[in-house]
Amino acid sequence: MEIFPVLLIAIPLGGAFLIPILYKAWNRLAEIVAGLCLAAVLALSIYLAFFLVPGKPLVYLFGNWPVPLGIAFAVDRLSSFMLLVVAILVFFSYIFAIRYMDHFTGSGKFYTLYLLMLVGMNGVVMTGDLFNMFVFMEIAGLSSYALVAFGTEAEELEAGFKYMVMGEIASMMILLAIAFIYAATSTLNLADISRSFAAMDKTPGFWFVFILLMSGFSIKAAIVPFHSWLPDAHPSAPAPISALLSGVFIKVLGVYAMARILFNVYGVSRASYPAVFNALLILGLASIIIASLLALYQKDYKRLLAYSSISQIGYIVLALGIGNEFALIGALAHILSHSLGKGLLFLTSGSVVYRVGERDITKFTGGLGKQMPWTSLSYNLGALSVAGMPPFLGFFSKLFIILGAVKAGFIVPAVVAGLFAVVTLGYLLKITNKVFWGKEGIKGIKESPFVMVFAMVSLVVLLVAGGAFFFWLKPHLLQPAADVLLKGTEYAEIVFRIGAGG
Amino acid sequence: MKGMTPIVKVVARIVGGFIFIYGCYIVLYGHLSPGGGFAGGAIIAAGLILARLAFGTTASQERSASISSSIFESTGGLLFLLIALLGLFVGGYFFINLFPSFGTPGRLVSAGSIPFSNIAIGIKVAAAILSIFVVLASTKYIFKE
Repeated sequence: MEIFPVLLIAIPLGGAFLIPILYKAWNRLAEIVAGLCLAAVLALSIYLAFFLVPGKPLVYLFGNWPVPLGIAFAVDRLSSFMLLVVAILVFFSYIFAIRYMDHFTGSGKFYTLYLLMLVGMNGVVMTGDLFNMFVFMEIAGLSSYALVAFGTEAEELEAGFKYMVMGEIASMMILLAIAFIYAATSTLNLADISRSFAAMDKTPGFWFVFILLMSGFSIKAAIVPFHSWLPDAHPSAPAPISALLSGVFIKVLGVYAMARILFNVYGVSRASYPAVFNALLILGLASIIIASLLALYQKDYKRLLAYSSISQIGYIVLALGIGNEFALIGALAHILSHSLGKGLLFLTSGSVVYRVGERDITKFTGGLGKQMPWTSLSYNLGALSVAGMPPFLGFFSKLFIILGAVKAGFIVPAVVAGLFAVVTLGYLLKITNKVFWGKEGIKGIKESPFVMVFAMVSLVVLLVAGGAFFFWLKPHLLQPAADVLLKGTEYAEIVFRIGAGG
Repeated sequence: MKGMTPIVKVVARIVGGFIFIYGCYIVLYGHLSPGGGFAGGAIIAAGLILARLAFGTTASQERSASISSSIFESTGGLLFLLIALLGLFVGGYFFINLFPSFGTPGRLVSAGSIPFSNIAIGIKVAAAILSIFVVLASTKYIFKE
């Protein structure tokens, strides 16, 4: 188990470098190599997510340099939870992509970028070093810019360029903040920075760096005032990539990084710095309200889902802003349920585009449900889960966020969160109504190929199972991850205790 | 792509080799002096690009260059990963120094596995920059014809 963190980087990285050599010999080798790498990553992630001992993170020392000196990976239960979320969606999106990418040329390049994006996300989640986190963010970011523009139509190139400019502005903010932090503390290790910050005067400059970091992560997470790039970028990508970007990418680069820095490095809590948390709460509420209302007016299948992603990220940020135990469990559960749910919805959009070749829902006359029963079923169940209807995982995640809000005494945010769950259902059912329900509309449409249906139905099964076994998942998966955040700067002590001995 | 005038060709013929050697020097002395894999790789790529610009290429040469540069790029990346993984298998840690006490500090043969990492990065960067150039050049071809 000691070397798992390294394997989670080395396996997809090796696959990404092997594919450009191998796929020239035989095109299908790209898919085979990528599939093997992803299956291995999924297996390792599942093992880490359930069998890592809480409170005893794996600290991997690169080149055996003890903690503050070298680069170290620190994989605790929060990291392993995020690894699981990433690995599940990346694996099923890959299964979907096997047939979906028939439309495109250059499958070797696609899978290379796909694996590099996975390397970046895994790295961000596992690393215990601030600059290393930035590098992995750039690996994931650069490959995602290329993947958004993968179709190379004018619209996709424009969206990719816009996405790149916004993403790099965010990266530059983060890099500037890292430069300031390095100048002030002479270290880049997260645990060491955390120690230095605890002893430091809280001058205006200190908070300036904090705001730089948070703004950078907010752009990456597409929280409302920073969201303008997302509704262009996510719909332009091929469907499996849209699923990944909305499902896990914004959560890993935005929300996870933000939560890790906020709770474990700065060590702020609602009791000590309420202003920070109130700001997050307001940003979260703004995201929920504005993005939901904008989503109601969208005519494009994928663009509607993209706005929905912003609004659901708002729920997670709202929960971080509330900051008590219930809300944090809700936030983590929402990361899981929204990644599965929104991933599923984007895959169904891919399935519809694959057969019909159209994304504008005003051009549909309904009735696809009879011709594509599995896609229709998956869409409807996924929409119910994203909106937060009872038997699914999405219900419990929103329930815990609202419970946390009520418990902390925030009645208005709780009411807004509950109310906008209904609005979510409203705009998602718009697609059901226009595309899937009704009399037979478009002639000669068949159900999508088996592997695509398999990927979608698997995600539905996971959503239902997550709802059914939620009270088993909570102590085994969510609670240990939330504890990492709740313990705050104890993170630094644990990492030093394990990693400093070498 | 058409070649350039005889003046450019003669100068490129004289300078090209020196640029290439200088790039190799920067890569190989990366652990002793400023520079290293990235800087040296970029200089090597500059030499290769100079030759292609001065003497011109045909469409088929562009195509074979794009294939071979992408293969070299992946090989460089794999070599770097291999050095890191060898550390895992030999020393028990990813990226551990493979030859900790080999050579004398300050001389060419020293610094353990760092020179080897520099060489791998040099290959990767040179091939990557060349392949960017080849893609841009061949795009120009497509638009002209």
